[in-house]
Amino acid sequence: MTVVPIIKRDYICRLADQGKRIDGRKFDEFRNIEITTNVVNKAEGSARVKIGNTQVIVGIKMDVGEPYSDSPDSGVLTTAAELIPLASPDFEAGPPQADAIELARVVDRGVRESEVVEINKLCIEPGEKVWIVFIDIHIIDYDGNLFDAASLASLAALFTATVPAKRFELGEDYPLPLKEPPISCTSVKFNNVVVMDPSLDEEQIAEARLTVATDTKGDIRAMQKGLNGSFTKDEIQKVIQASLENGKKLREQLNKIIGK
Amino acid sequence: MKSDMVLIDDKGKRLDGRGFEDLRDIKIEAGVLHRADGSCYLEWGGNKVFVAVYGPREAIPRHIQNPLRAIVNARYNMAAFSVEDRKRPGPDRRSREISKVISEALEKVVLTEQFPRAAIDVNIEVLDAEAGTRCAGLTAAGVALADAGIPMTDIPVACATGKINGHVVLDLGKEEDNFGEADLPIAISPRTKEVLLLQMDGHLTLDEFNKAFDLAIKGCLSISELQKKAILEKYKTVLEVE
Repeated sequence: MTVVPIIKRDYICRLADQGKRIDGRKFDEFRNIEITTNVVNKAEGSARVKIGNTQVIVGIKMDVGEPYSDSPDSGVLTTAAELIPLASPDFEAGPPQADAIELARVVDRGVRESEVVEINKLCIEPGEKVWIVFIDIHIIDYDGNLFDAASLASLAALFTATVPAKRFELGEDYPLPLKEPPISCTSVKFNNVVVMDPSLDEEQIAEARLTVATDTKGDIRAMQKGLNGSFTKDEIQKVIQASLENGKKLREQLNKIIGK
Repeated sequence: MKSDMVLIDDKGKRLDGRGFEDLRDIKIEAGVLHRADGSCYLEWGGNKVFVAVYGPREAIPRHIQNPLRAIVNARYNMAAFSVEDRKRPGPDRRSREISKVISEALEKVVLTEQFPRAAIDVNIEVLDAEAGTRCAGLTAAGVALADAGIPMTDIPVACATGKINGHVVLDLGKEEDNFGEADLPIAISPRTKEVLLLQMDGHLTLDEFNKAFDLAIKGCLSISELQKKAILEKYKTVLEVE
Protein backbone atom coordinates (compact mmCIF):
# COMPACT_ATOMS: atom_id res chain seq x y z
CA MET A 1 0.00 0.00 0.00
CA THR A 2 1.29 3.47 -0.85
CA VAL A 3 0.90 6.51 1.41
CA VAL A 4 -2.43 7.85 0.20
CA PRO A 5 -4.43 4.63 0.65
CA ILE A 6 -3.05 4.26 4.19
CA ILE A 7 -4.26 7.73 5.13
CA LYS A 8 -7.60 6.98 3.51
CA ARG A 9 -7.87 3.66 5.32
CA ASP A 10 -7.22 5.30 8.67
CA TYR A 11 -9.84 7.92 7.86
CA ILE A 12 -12.48 5.36 6.84
CA CYS A 13 -11.77 3.27 9.95
CA ARG A 14 -11.95 6.30 12.23
CA LEU A 15 -15.33 7.22 10.72
CA ALA A 16 -16.50 3.62 11.13
CA ASP A 17 -15.68 3.78 14.85
CA GLN A 18 -18.13 6.69 15.05
CA GLY A 19 -20.72 4.72 13.10
CA LYS A 20 -20.23 6.74 9.90
CA ARG A 21 -19.23 6.04 6.31
CA ILE A 22 -17.09 8.09 3.98
CA ASP A 23 -20.06 9.04 1.76
CA GLY A 24 -22.47 9.64 4.64
CA ARG A 25 -24.48 6.42 4.25
CA LYS A 26 -25.71 4.15 7.01
CA PHE A 27 -23.91 0.80 7.33
CA ASP A 28 -26.77 -1.12 5.73
CA GLU A 29 -27.65 1.44 3.06
CA PHE A 30 -27.16 1.12 -0.70
CA ARG A 31 -26.00 3.99 -2.89
CA ASN A 32 -28.47 5.49 -5.34
CA ILE A 33 -29.39 2.97 -8.05
CA GLU A 34 -30.38 3.78 -11.62
CA ILE A 35 -31.63 1.09 -14.02
CA THR A 36 -32.11 1.75 -17.75
CA THR A 37 -33.23 -0.98 -20.13
CA ASN A 38 -32.90 -1.40 -23.92
CA VAL A 39 -29.65 0.55 -24.20
CA VAL A 40 -28.16 -1.58 -27.00
CA ASN A 41 -30.13 -2.07 -30.21
CA LYS A 42 -28.14 -5.01 -31.54
CA ALA A 43 -28.65 -7.08 -28.39
CA GLU A 44 -31.69 -9.30 -27.76
CA GLY A 45 -32.00 -7.55 -24.39
CA SER A 46 -29.85 -5.05 -22.56
CA ALA A 47 -29.63 -2.89 -19.47
CA ARG A 48 -27.41 -0.35 -17.83
CA VAL A 49 -27.19 -0.23 -14.05
CA LYS A 50 -25.54 2.54 -12.07
CA ILE A 51 -24.87 2.02 -8.38
CA GLY A 52 -23.37 5.33 -7.31
CA ASN A 53 -20.50 5.87 -9.72
CA THR A 54 -20.24 2.21 -10.67
CA GLN A 55 -21.65 1.59 -14.11
CA VAL A 56 -22.31 -1.78 -15.76
CA ILE A 57 -23.89 -2.66 -19.10
CA VAL A 58 -25.19 -6.14 -19.81
CA GLY A 59 -26.25 -7.40 -23.22
CA ILE A 60 -28.08 -10.64 -23.99
CA LYS A 61 -27.39 -12.41 -27.29
CA MET A 62 -29.00 -15.65 -28.43
CA ASP A 63 -27.95 -18.26 -30.91
CA VAL A 64 -29.04 -21.75 -31.97
CA GLY A 65 -26.68 -24.56 -31.04
CA GLU A 66 -26.30 -28.07 -29.70
CA PRO A 67 -27.40 -28.95 -26.14
CA TYR A 68 -25.11 -30.57 -23.57
CA SER A 69 -25.33 -34.38 -23.79
CA ASP A 70 -26.48 -34.66 -20.15
CA SER A 71 -29.43 -32.29 -20.71
CA PRO A 72 -30.50 -32.82 -24.35
CA ASP A 73 -33.81 -30.96 -24.00
CA SER A 74 -32.60 -27.84 -22.20
CA GLY A 75 -31.24 -24.58 -23.53
CA VAL A 76 -27.72 -23.46 -22.68
CA LEU A 77 -26.85 -20.45 -20.51
CA THR A 78 -23.40 -18.82 -20.59
CA THR A 79 -22.22 -15.83 -18.61
CA ALA A 80 -19.04 -13.90 -19.35
CA ALA A 81 -17.57 -10.80 -17.74
CA GLU A 82 -14.73 -8.63 -18.85
CA LEU A 83 -12.95 -6.15 -16.62
CA ILE A 84 -12.06 -3.96 -19.57
CA PRO A 85 -9.34 -1.32 -19.12
CA LEU A 86 -11.93 1.38 -19.88
CA ALA A 87 -13.42 0.99 -16.40
CA SER A 88 -10.41 1.44 -14.14
CA PRO A 89 -6.74 2.40 -14.32
CA ASP A 90 -5.98 -0.97 -12.71
CA PHE A 91 -7.75 -3.24 -15.21
CA GLU A 92 -5.55 -4.70 -17.92
CA ALA A 93 -6.37 -5.94 -21.38
CA GLY A 94 -6.07 -9.64 -22.10
CA PRO A 95 -7.84 -12.89 -21.29
CA PRO A 96 -10.19 -12.76 -18.24
CA GLN A 97 -8.29 -12.90 -14.94
CA ALA A 98 -9.50 -14.68 -11.80
CA ASP A 99 -11.48 -11.61 -10.64
CA ALA A 100 -13.48 -11.42 -13.87
CA ILE A 101 -14.09 -15.16 -13.84
CA GLU A 102 -15.30 -15.09 -10.21
CA LEU A 103 -17.63 -12.20 -11.05
CA ALA A 104 -19.11 -14.01 -14.06
CA ARG A 105 -19.51 -17.25 -12.15
CA VAL A 106 -21.21 -15.63 -9.16
CA VAL A 107 -23.67 -13.85 -11.47
CA ASP A 108 -24.11 -17.06 -13.44
CA ARG A 109 -24.88 -19.04 -10.27
CA GLY A 110 -27.45 -16.49 -9.16
CA VAL A 111 -29.20 -16.75 -12.51
CA ARG A 112 -28.75 -20.48 -13.10
CA GLU A 113 -29.49 -22.04 -9.69
CA SER A 114 -32.55 -19.88 -9.16
CA GLU A 115 -33.76 -21.06 -12.60
CA VAL A 116 -34.72 -17.52 -13.61
CA VAL A 117 -34.31 -18.48 -17.25
CA GLU A 118 -36.57 -21.41 -17.95
CA ILE A 119 -34.04 -23.33 -20.02
CA ASN A 120 -36.36 -26.33 -20.33
CA LYS A 121 -38.56 -24.10 -22.52
CA LEU A 122 -35.63 -23.26 -24.80
CA CYS A 123 -35.47 -26.58 -26.61
CA ILE A 124 -36.04 -26.55 -30.39
CA GLU A 125 -35.29 -30.21 -31.28
CA PRO A 126 -34.36 -32.50 -28.37
CA GLY A 127 -30.71 -33.56 -28.55
CA GLU A 128 -30.15 -31.53 -31.70
CA LYS A 129 -31.03 -27.85 -31.51
CA VAL A 130 -31.57 -25.59 -28.52
CA TRP A 131 -31.34 -21.88 -27.78
CA ILE A 132 -28.08 -20.64 -26.32
CA VAL A 133 -28.36 -17.57 -24.11
CA PHE A 134 -25.22 -15.44 -23.72
CA ILE A 135 -25.08 -12.97 -20.84
CA ASP A 136 -22.19 -10.59 -21.48
CA ILE A 137 -21.24 -8.24 -18.65
CA HIS A 138 -19.39 -5.06 -19.56
CA ILE A 139 -17.97 -2.96 -16.75
CA ILE A 140 -17.95 0.68 -17.86
CA ASP A 141 -16.97 2.53 -14.67
CA TYR A 142 -15.62 0.82 -11.55
CA ASP A 143 -16.37 2.35 -8.17
CA GLY A 144 -16.94 -0.80 -6.14
CA ASN A 145 -19.59 -3.54 -5.78
CA LEU A 146 -19.48 -5.03 -9.25
CA PHE A 147 -21.26 -8.17 -8.04
CA ASP A 148 -24.56 -6.47 -7.33
CA ALA A 149 -24.37 -4.08 -10.28
CA ALA A 150 -23.61 -6.96 -12.66
CA SER A 151 -26.32 -9.27 -11.38
CA LEU A 152 -28.94 -6.53 -11.29
CA ALA A 153 -28.03 -5.48 -14.84
CA SER A 154 -28.12 -9.13 -15.98
CA LEU A 155 -31.63 -9.56 -14.58
CA ALA A 156 -32.88 -6.31 -16.08
CA ALA A 157 -31.39 -7.29 -19.44
CA LEU A 158 -32.91 -10.79 -19.30
CA PHE A 159 -36.34 -9.35 -18.52
CA THR A 160 -36.24 -7.18 -21.64
CA ALA A 161 -34.89 -9.93 -23.90
CA THR A 162 -36.74 -11.28 -26.92
CA VAL A 163 -36.03 -14.70 -28.40
CA PRO A 164 -35.04 -13.85 -32.01
CA ALA A 165 -36.93 -16.76 -33.55
CA LYS A 166 -37.70 -14.85 -36.75
CA ARG A 167 -34.02 -14.26 -37.53
CA PHE A 168 -33.37 -18.00 -37.35
CA GLU A 169 -36.57 -18.83 -39.27
CA LEU A 170 -38.14 -20.57 -36.27
CA GLY A 171 -41.46 -18.71 -36.16
CA GLU A 172 -42.37 -15.50 -34.41
CA ASP A 173 -40.24 -13.69 -31.83
CA TYR A 174 -41.37 -14.13 -28.23
CA PRO A 175 -40.21 -12.90 -24.81
CA LEU A 176 -37.59 -14.98 -23.03
CA PRO A 177 -39.39 -17.34 -20.58
CA LEU A 178 -38.46 -16.22 -17.06
CA LYS A 179 -39.38 -16.75 -13.43
CA GLU A 180 -38.99 -14.63 -10.28
CA PRO A 181 -35.35 -13.61 -9.92
CA PRO A 182 -33.21 -13.66 -6.78
CA ILE A 183 -31.59 -10.35 -5.84
CA SER A 184 -27.97 -10.26 -4.80
CA CYS A 185 -26.62 -7.95 -2.08
CA THR A 186 -22.95 -7.65 -1.17
CA SER A 187 -21.40 -6.60 2.12
CA VAL A 188 -17.79 -6.21 3.18
CA LYS A 189 -16.08 -6.25 6.55
CA PHE A 190 -13.23 -4.04 7.73
CA ASN A 191 -12.14 -2.80 11.13
CA ASN A 192 -14.80 -5.07 12.71
CA VAL A 193 -17.71 -3.36 10.99
CA VAL A 194 -19.81 -4.81 8.19
CA VAL A 195 -21.13 -2.44 5.52
CA MET A 196 -23.53 -3.02 2.64
CA ASP A 197 -22.78 -2.05 -0.99
CA PRO A 198 -19.09 -1.12 -0.58
CA SER A 199 -17.72 1.78 -2.61
CA LEU A 200 -14.28 1.34 -4.12
CA ASP A 201 -12.58 3.03 -1.16
CA GLU A 202 -14.24 0.59 1.20
CA GLU A 203 -13.62 -2.38 -1.06
CA GLN A 204 -9.91 -1.61 -1.18
CA ILE A 205 -9.56 -1.91 2.59
CA ALA A 206 -12.02 -4.80 2.94
CA GLU A 207 -10.89 -7.92 4.76
CA ALA A 208 -13.81 -10.10 3.78
CA ARG A 209 -16.76 -9.93 1.42
CA LEU A 210 -20.09 -11.77 1.42
CA THR A 211 -22.67 -11.82 -1.36
CA VAL A 212 -26.15 -13.17 -0.59
CA ALA A 213 -28.88 -13.66 -3.17
CA THR A 214 -32.40 -13.86 -1.80
CA ASP A 215 -35.75 -14.64 -3.44
CA THR A 216 -39.32 -13.35 -3.03
CA LYS A 217 -40.09 -15.86 -0.28
CA GLY A 218 -37.15 -14.59 1.74
CA ASP A 219 -35.10 -17.73 1.11
CA ILE A 220 -31.41 -17.77 0.23
CA ARG A 221 -30.57 -18.77 -3.34
CA ALA A 222 -26.81 -18.21 -3.67
CA MET A 223 -23.88 -17.07 -1.55
CA GLN A 224 -20.23 -16.31 -2.06
CA LYS A 225 -17.65 -15.33 0.50
CA GLY A 226 -14.51 -13.65 -0.83
CA LEU A 227 -11.15 -12.22 0.26
CA ASN A 228 -8.78 -13.50 2.93
CA GLY A 229 -10.60 -12.25 6.05
CA SER A 230 -13.30 -14.07 8.00
CA PHE A 231 -16.84 -13.67 9.33
CA THR A 232 -18.37 -14.87 12.59
CA LYS A 233 -21.71 -16.67 12.52
CA ASP A 234 -23.27 -13.60 14.10
CA GLU A 235 -21.96 -11.34 11.35
CA ILE A 236 -23.25 -13.72 8.69
CA GLN A 237 -26.73 -13.60 10.27
CA LYS A 238 -26.63 -9.82 10.15
CA VAL A 239 -25.48 -9.79 6.54
CA ILE A 240 -28.31 -12.14 5.56
CA GLN A 241 -30.86 -9.96 7.36
CA ALA A 242 -29.56 -6.80 5.69
CA SER A 243 -29.49 -8.58 2.31
CA LEU A 244 -33.14 -9.59 2.71
CA GLU A 245 -34.19 -6.04 3.50
CA ASN A 246 -32.18 -4.43 0.73
CA GLY A 247 -33.11 -7.24 -1.66
CA LYS A 248 -36.76 -6.37 -1.19
CA LYS A 249 -36.16 -2.72 -2.08
CA LEU A 250 -34.03 -3.59 -5.09
CA ARG A 251 -36.67 -6.02 -6.32
CA GLU A 252 -39.34 -3.33 -6.13
CA GLN A 253 -37.15 -0.96 -8.13
CA LEU A 254 -36.35 -3.66 -10.72
CA ASN A 255 -40.00 -4.67 -11.06
CA LYS A 256 -40.99 -1.07 -11.67
CA ILE A 257 -38.45 -0.77 -14.51
CA ILE A 258 -39.38 -4.03 -16.21
CA GLY A 259 -43.08 -3.29 -15.82
CA LYS A 260 -44.17 -6.06 -13.49
CA MET B 1 -19.61 -6.64 -53.67
CA LYS B 2 -23.28 -6.68 -54.53
CA SER B 3 -24.09 -3.34 -56.07
CA ASP B 4 -27.48 -4.26 -57.52
CA MET B 5 -29.27 -3.39 -54.28
CA VAL B 6 -31.19 -0.14 -54.56
CA LEU B 7 -29.65 2.24 -52.03
CA ILE B 8 -30.87 5.50 -53.55
CA ASP B 9 -34.50 6.04 -54.55
CA ASP B 10 -35.70 7.97 -57.62
CA LYS B 11 -36.04 11.14 -55.54
CA GLY B 12 -32.33 11.02 -54.74
CA LYS B 13 -32.89 9.98 -51.12
CA ARG B 14 -30.91 7.28 -49.34
CA LEU B 15 -32.48 4.34 -47.42
CA ASP B 16 -32.74 6.31 -44.18
CA GLY B 17 -34.02 9.39 -46.00
CA ARG B 18 -30.73 11.28 -46.04
CA GLY B 19 -29.40 13.27 -48.97
CA PHE B 20 -25.95 12.53 -50.45
CA GLU B 21 -24.12 14.95 -48.19
CA ASP B 22 -26.02 14.42 -44.93
CA LEU B 23 -24.52 12.93 -41.78
CA ARG B 24 -26.43 10.62 -39.47
CA ASP B 25 -27.44 12.13 -36.11
CA ILE B 26 -24.46 12.57 -33.80
CA LYS B 27 -24.58 13.09 -30.04
CA ILE B 28 -21.38 13.70 -28.07
CA GLU B 29 -20.95 13.95 -24.31
CA ALA B 30 -17.60 14.66 -22.61
CA GLY B 31 -16.49 13.58 -19.15
CA VAL B 32 -19.05 10.84 -18.52
CA LEU B 33 -16.96 8.32 -16.57
CA HIS B 34 -15.91 8.67 -12.94
CA ARG B 35 -12.68 6.66 -12.90
CA ALA B 36 -11.15 7.74 -16.20
CA ASP B 37 -8.82 10.72 -16.52
CA GLY B 38 -10.85 11.77 -19.55
CA SER B 39 -13.87 10.23 -21.22
CA CYS B 40 -16.49 10.56 -23.90
CA TYR B 41 -19.78 8.94 -24.86
CA LEU B 42 -20.76 9.22 -28.48
CA GLU B 43 -23.81 8.12 -30.45
CA TRP B 44 -23.52 8.26 -34.22
CA GLY B 45 -26.53 6.84 -36.03
CA GLY B 46 -26.86 3.34 -34.53
CA ASN B 47 -23.32 3.36 -33.13
CA LYS B 48 -22.77 3.76 -29.40
CA VAL B 49 -19.21 4.22 -28.19
CA PHE B 50 -17.53 4.89 -24.84
CA VAL B 51 -13.93 6.12 -24.70
CA ALA B 52 -11.80 6.38 -21.55
CA VAL B 53 -8.34 7.92 -21.46
CA TYR B 54 -5.82 7.01 -18.75
CA GLY B 55 -2.49 8.75 -18.43
CA PRO B 56 0.05 9.97 -19.07
CA ARG B 57 1.39 7.28 -16.72
CA GLU B 58 4.44 5.04 -16.62
CA ALA B 59 4.49 2.71 -19.62
CA ILE B 60 4.49 -0.91 -18.46
CA PRO B 61 6.24 -3.28 -19.26
CA ARG B 62 9.37 -1.18 -19.34
CA HIS B 63 10.61 -2.40 -22.69
CA ILE B 64 7.76 -0.59 -24.47
CA GLN B 65 8.90 2.77 -23.04
CA ASN B 66 10.36 5.33 -25.38
CA PRO B 67 13.02 7.46 -23.63
CA LEU B 68 12.22 10.43 -25.85
CA ARG B 69 8.43 10.55 -25.91
CA ALA B 70 5.14 9.02 -24.75
CA ILE B 71 3.43 6.17 -26.55
CA VAL B 72 -0.24 6.42 -27.40
CA ASN B 73 -1.92 3.12 -26.86
CA ALA B 74 -5.41 2.93 -28.37
CA ARG B 75 -7.40 -0.23 -27.77
CA TYR B 76 -10.50 -0.67 -29.93
CA ASN B 77 -12.83 -3.32 -28.58
CA MET B 78 -16.30 -4.46 -29.56
CA ALA B 79 -18.75 -5.75 -26.97
CA ALA B 80 -19.93 -9.30 -27.57
CA PHE B 81 -23.50 -8.00 -27.92
CA SER B 82 -22.72 -5.07 -30.23
CA VAL B 83 -23.28 -6.98 -33.47
CA GLU B 84 -25.98 -9.18 -35.04
CA ASP B 85 -24.26 -12.53 -34.32
CA ARG B 86 -22.50 -12.57 -30.95
CA LYS B 87 -18.82 -11.72 -31.27
CA ARG B 88 -16.34 -13.74 -29.22
CA PRO B 89 -14.94 -11.41 -26.54
CA GLY B 90 -11.36 -10.25 -26.86
CA PRO B 91 -9.23 -8.84 -29.65
CA ASP B 92 -9.29 -10.34 -33.14
CA ARG B 93 -7.27 -9.43 -36.24
CA ARG B 94 -9.72 -6.71 -37.27
CA SER B 95 -9.76 -4.94 -33.91
CA ARG B 96 -5.97 -5.17 -33.58
CA GLU B 97 -5.55 -3.46 -36.93
CA ILE B 98 -8.06 -0.74 -36.07
CA SER B 99 -6.32 -0.22 -32.71
CA LYS B 100 -3.02 0.21 -34.53
CA VAL B 101 -4.17 2.74 -37.12
CA ILE B 102 -6.07 4.75 -34.49
CA SER B 103 -3.03 4.76 -32.16
CA GLU B 104 -0.87 6.07 -34.97
CA ALA B 105 -3.42 8.73 -35.93
CA LEU B 106 -3.68 10.00 -32.34
CA GLU B 107 0.08 9.97 -31.84
CA LYS B 108 0.43 12.58 -34.55
CA VAL B 109 -1.61 15.21 -32.66
CA VAL B 110 -0.59 14.42 -29.07
CA LEU B 111 2.52 16.32 -27.89
CA THR B 112 4.19 13.06 -26.95
CA GLU B 113 7.65 14.59 -26.48
CA GLN B 114 6.38 16.21 -23.27
CA PHE B 115 6.04 12.83 -21.55
CA PRO B 116 9.07 10.62 -22.10
CA ARG B 117 8.69 6.96 -21.04
CA ALA B 118 4.96 7.44 -20.46
CA ALA B 119 1.91 5.74 -21.93
CA ILE B 120 -1.38 7.39 -22.77
CA ASP B 121 -4.03 4.68 -22.90
CA VAL B 122 -7.12 5.28 -25.00
CA ASN B 123 -9.77 2.61 -24.47
CA ILE B 124 -12.48 2.54 -27.12
CA GLU B 125 -15.50 0.36 -26.35
CA VAL B 126 -18.10 -0.17 -29.03
CA LEU B 127 -21.41 -1.13 -27.40
CA ASP B 128 -23.62 -0.94 -30.45
CA ALA B 129 -22.21 -1.19 -33.96
CA GLU B 130 -23.77 0.00 -37.20
CA ALA B 131 -21.17 0.94 -39.81
CA GLY B 132 -18.43 3.48 -39.16
CA THR B 133 -17.31 2.39 -35.70
CA ARG B 134 -13.67 3.28 -36.27
CA CYS B 135 -14.58 6.85 -37.20
CA ALA B 136 -16.94 7.06 -34.23
CA GLY B 137 -14.21 5.64 -31.95
CA LEU B 138 -11.53 8.02 -33.16
CA THR B 139 -13.84 11.04 -32.96
CA ALA B 140 -14.80 10.11 -29.39
CA ALA B 141 -11.12 9.50 -28.55
CA GLY B 142 -10.33 13.07 -29.62
CA VAL B 143 -12.90 14.42 -27.16
CA ALA B 144 -11.77 12.10 -24.35
CA LEU B 145 -8.11 13.14 -24.84
CA ALA B 146 -9.11 16.80 -24.62
CA ASP B 147 -11.21 16.02 -21.52
CA ALA B 148 -8.16 14.33 -19.95
CA GLY B 149 -6.18 17.52 -20.51
CA ILE B 150 -3.64 15.81 -22.75
CA PRO B 151 -1.74 18.49 -24.70
CA MET B 152 -2.48 18.20 -28.40
CA THR B 153 -1.94 20.27 -31.50
CA ASP B 154 -5.57 19.72 -32.43
CA ILE B 155 -8.63 17.58 -31.67
CA PRO B 156 -8.62 14.78 -34.23
CA VAL B 157 -11.86 13.90 -35.99
CA ALA B 158 -12.91 11.18 -38.43
CA CYS B 159 -15.62 10.60 -40.99
CA ALA B 160 -16.18 8.18 -43.86
CA THR B 161 -17.45 8.67 -47.36
CA GLY B 162 -18.27 6.00 -49.87
CA LYS B 163 -19.81 5.17 -53.17
CA ILE B 164 -23.27 3.66 -53.50
CA ASN B 165 -25.18 3.02 -56.71
CA GLY B 166 -22.55 5.06 -58.54
CA HIS B 167 -22.82 8.15 -56.32
CA VAL B 168 -20.32 9.51 -53.81
CA VAL B 169 -22.07 9.96 -50.45
CA LEU B 170 -21.16 11.02 -46.93
CA ASP B 171 -21.18 8.74 -43.85
CA LEU B 172 -22.24 5.27 -44.99
CA GLY B 173 -25.06 3.51 -43.15
CA LYS B 174 -25.21 -0.22 -42.53
CA GLU B 175 -26.69 -1.40 -45.82
CA GLU B 176 -24.64 1.16 -47.73
CA ASP B 177 -21.49 -0.22 -46.14
CA ASN B 178 -22.46 -3.83 -46.90
CA PHE B 179 -23.77 -3.36 -50.43
CA GLY B 180 -22.02 -0.19 -51.60
CA GLU B 181 -19.10 -0.02 -54.02
CA ALA B 182 -16.51 1.75 -51.90
CA ASP B 183 -15.77 2.93 -48.37
CA LEU B 184 -13.26 5.65 -47.48
CA PRO B 185 -12.75 6.45 -43.80
CA ILE B 186 -10.54 9.47 -43.16
CA ALA B 187 -9.32 11.17 -39.98
CA ILE B 188 -7.89 14.66 -40.03
CA SER B 189 -6.45 17.34 -37.85
CA PRO B 190 -9.19 19.90 -38.59
CA ARG B 191 -7.05 23.03 -38.14
CA THR B 192 -4.47 22.05 -40.73
CA LYS B 193 -6.54 19.45 -42.64
CA GLU B 194 -3.62 17.04 -42.42
CA VAL B 195 -4.71 13.44 -42.92
CA LEU B 196 -4.11 11.21 -39.87
CA LEU B 197 -5.89 8.08 -40.99
CA LEU B 198 -6.94 6.93 -44.41
CA GLN B 199 -8.21 3.56 -45.51
CA MET B 200 -10.15 2.56 -48.58
CA ASP B 201 -11.76 -0.54 -49.91
CA GLY B 202 -13.84 -1.06 -53.00
CA HIS B 203 -13.47 0.67 -56.31
CA LEU B 204 -13.18 4.40 -57.08
CA THR B 205 -11.96 6.31 -60.11
CA LEU B 206 -9.45 9.09 -59.42
CA ASP B 207 -12.20 11.66 -59.92
CA GLU B 208 -14.50 9.87 -57.52
CA PHE B 209 -11.68 9.57 -54.99
CA ASN B 210 -11.04 13.32 -55.09
CA LYS B 211 -14.73 14.02 -54.69
CA ALA B 212 -15.05 11.53 -51.83
CA PHE B 213 -11.93 12.90 -50.15
CA ASP B 214 -13.20 16.49 -50.24
CA LEU B 215 -16.60 15.40 -48.98
CA ALA B 216 -15.02 13.48 -46.07
CA ILE B 217 -13.06 16.60 -45.05
CA LYS B 218 -16.29 18.57 -45.15
CA GLY B 219 -17.95 15.97 -42.92
CA CYS B 220 -14.98 16.00 -40.51
CA LEU B 221 -15.15 19.78 -40.19
CA SER B 222 -18.81 19.79 -39.23
CA ILE B 223 -18.27 16.96 -36.70
CA SER B 224 -15.32 18.91 -35.31
CA GLU B 225 -17.76 21.66 -34.32
CA LEU B 226 -19.85 19.09 -32.38
CA GLN B 227 -16.72 17.89 -30.56
CA LYS B 228 -15.81 21.39 -29.47
CA LYS B 229 -19.40 22.05 -28.39
CA ALA B 230 -19.40 18.89 -26.24
CA ILE B 231 -16.18 19.92 -24.48
CA LEU B 232 -17.39 23.48 -23.94
CA GLU B 233 -20.69 22.15 -22.61
CA LYS B 234 -18.94 19.95 -20.05
CA TYR B 235 -16.67 22.69 -18.74
CA LYS B 236 -19.40 25.28 -18.78
CA THR B 237 -21.36 23.18 -16.28
CA VAL B 238 -18.20 22.52 -14.25
CA LEU B 239 -17.62 26.27 -13.99
CA GLU B 240 -21.24 26.93 -13.05
CA VAL B 241 -21.10 24.39 -10.23
CA GLU B 242 -17.94 25.98 -8.90
